Amino acid sequence: MKNINTTRVRAVVRKEFREYRRNKFIIYTMVTLPVIFLIVPLTSIFNLPATTPLAGIKGAVGSVLLLMLVMPDVLPATIAAYSVIGERDQGTLEPLLTTPIRRDEFILGKAIASIVPAVLMSYLVFIVVMTSLRLGANPRVVHEMWQPAWLVAEILFVPLLAAWSTWVGTAISARSSDVRISQQLGTLASLPVLAVTSLMSFQVIKPTVLVALTIAGALLAIDIAAWRVVSRMFDRERLITGVKTRS
Amino acid sequence: MKPQWFVRRRLGFGVRPLSWQGWAISGVTLALIVVSLIALRKSAVGDVAVVGIAIAYLGVAYATGGTHRAQSPGGLEDQQLDASSQRPDRLSSRDGEPVAPTPSIADIRSRLAPTAGTIDAPAPVQDSGPVAIDVRHLTKQFGERTAFSDVTFSVRQGEVFGFLGPNGAGKTTTVRTLSTLIEATSGSAFVAGIPVCEENGVEIRQRISVMPEVPGLYSRLSVTDNLEFFVGLYGLRDAKSRIARALEAVNLSSRADDVCGSLSKGLRQRVSIARALLNDPEIIFLDEPTSGLDPVATREVSELIDGLRSRGVTIFLTTHRLEEAERLCDRVAILNTTLRIVGRTSDLRQQLFKRSLLVSTLRPLESPGQVFSAIGAIDSWRANGDEGYELVTSDPRAAAPVVVRALVGAGADVLSITESRHSLEDVYLQLVGEDVEARS
Repeated sequence: MKNINTTRVRAVVRKEFREYRRNKFIIYTMVTLPVIFLIVPLTSIFNLPATTPLAGIKGAVGSVLLLMLVMPDVLPATIAAYSVIGERDQGTLEPLLTTPIRRDEFILGKAIASIVPAVLMSYLVFIVVMTSLRLGANPRVVHEMWQPAWLVAEILFVPLLAAWSTWVGTAISARSSDVRISQQLGTLASLPVLAVTSLMSFQVIKPTVLVALTIAGALLAIDIAAWRVVSRMFDRERLITGVKTRS
Repeated sequence: MKPQWFVRRRLGFGVRPLSWQGWAISGVTLALIVVSLIALRKSAVGDVAVVGIAIAYLGVAYATGGTHRAQSPGGLEDQQLDASSQRPDRLSSRDGEPVAPTPSIADIRSRLAPTAGTIDAPAPVQDSGPVAIDVRHLTKQFGERTAFSDVTFSVRQGEVFGFLGPNGAGKTTTVRTLSTLIEATSGSAFVAGIPVCEENGVEIRQRISVMPEVPGLYSRLSVTDNLEFFVGLYGLRDAKSRIARALEAVNLSSRADDVCGSLSKGLRQRVSIARALLNDPEIIFLDEPTSGLDPVATREVSELIDGLRSRGVTIFLTTHRLEEAERLCDRVAILNTTLRIVGRTSDLRQQLFKRSLLVSTLRPLESPGQVFSAIGAIDSWRANGDEGYELVTSDPRAAAPVVVRALVGAGADVLSITESRHSLEDVYLQLVGEDVEARS
């Protein structure tokens, strides 16, 4: 970390954002996903009959919260999976790698550009969903959803899941030879970590603030390890020539 | 010179800090506003104080740079000239890494513009001088396959060095190795005086530029956006002025806002060259810069290369265009997995081909052997078609009059007598042809 040049990282982030703005696929993904993740939970909660037993309400709330966590998992995976293979596809990787940019700076810049929009979108959707429910949903539902444990979980899990998904996407992108395969694999490979959070969402583990913090700590450890692994996987020679460098 | 602590934003009347003084003033202003709002919140004086502080801040900002809007070309040039006159040869970026000095527009104009639109013969290169690239017994293997083997050569500072060879000869791999993209299997190399290894990668890449065969531009971004990205990657400041100068150097200022995807191949190649100029490199690696270009675009690129030479930049040029290499390069190397030859084209000709005279007569001589054998200056001879002869001699200039006298004496009608000229293509084909024969 000590050698990371923030000017170069910022340059990568800025360039990525500029490219997003001009890439219809990314624009559509960023618009469509939040809309889906907004409509589905609101519909399912508002359609709950008033007589629904507590177990049913808890189940519905668990589903909604899990759904809220799928978005930060899926969105960055789609973007990150394009990050390296996309550069290689349009022939920009070699000129980029001949500049003084370091491996970690490149990966960090790409990761930030992938994580930030996903986190912002996820938080926005979460705020809208929670506010809508607070204003119009059954008070029992509101009581179940406005638990400190859920709020802490959502706030902490969103960036951590987005980071995990980004590392997985970047790793696949660095080793893949086709953009579409990379994006499909990236999305699929980023999902398993949701299993950990779903244990809490479906109350297999009793949701408390401490549990949320513990899971967040575990996710953080996974993210740091994943960054290290991705950084090692990023081999200039392999990326340029497609041949594994000698060890 | 006025201090430049702030800069105007592109749109509106906003200003933003440019230097630490600007940031300090902004911080103090913000603190004063917060304090005023808290301390005087129940009094109308608070509002007046805030407005007063804001006006004072804007006044200072405009007075220290806010009015020097970068859109004014004249203003920019003046500022740049002022600033460059005070700069040392090599500056440091924000992060302490070496940063190339910023030449002025006038400087670039004079140093990059080709003279009268023509390409002169290569300037003579000193045989001794500082070495920009030094390669010793360099080998690169990909598993069982050898990209290049035991390559040794050196390139002097300011030299245009042509690197020739057939497809798959290892030229691009050599460029990638020297630009620290890939690691050599064995041997050593120095680029800009720095040993080529992974640890020195950042420092070497800071001092060089590489223009790959494919321009590699972000097709959705504008020309300026592309270049701005690379200025950031080099960790350089003054992006706008650097970009303006680079675009001016390749005569693309009017296309700065065009999306790269809409440019022709030749224009993209020019943008790619502009990108290579951004960091004011000591060495530029140009990998097939005219590949796929039409003759006009090719000529433009050649003129740019010639302009760079006059600027003192060391150029490592890989190309398939032998006439281009012959015209532009001070020295050439021919690589075909191993290095076949290095030197000036004139020296290579002499090394590979014996000097000879080409004689053309109206009718074939009756007994050419008798005529030519009698001339002491002629080592050997052979018929070159029906009415021509090639006479091998160590000194064509001295032998020519003797030959003419002998031919006239023998009753021949002499049409022409010239010294044979072997092109770089002849040299290339001779060497590469030998390899093909050896392999078959």
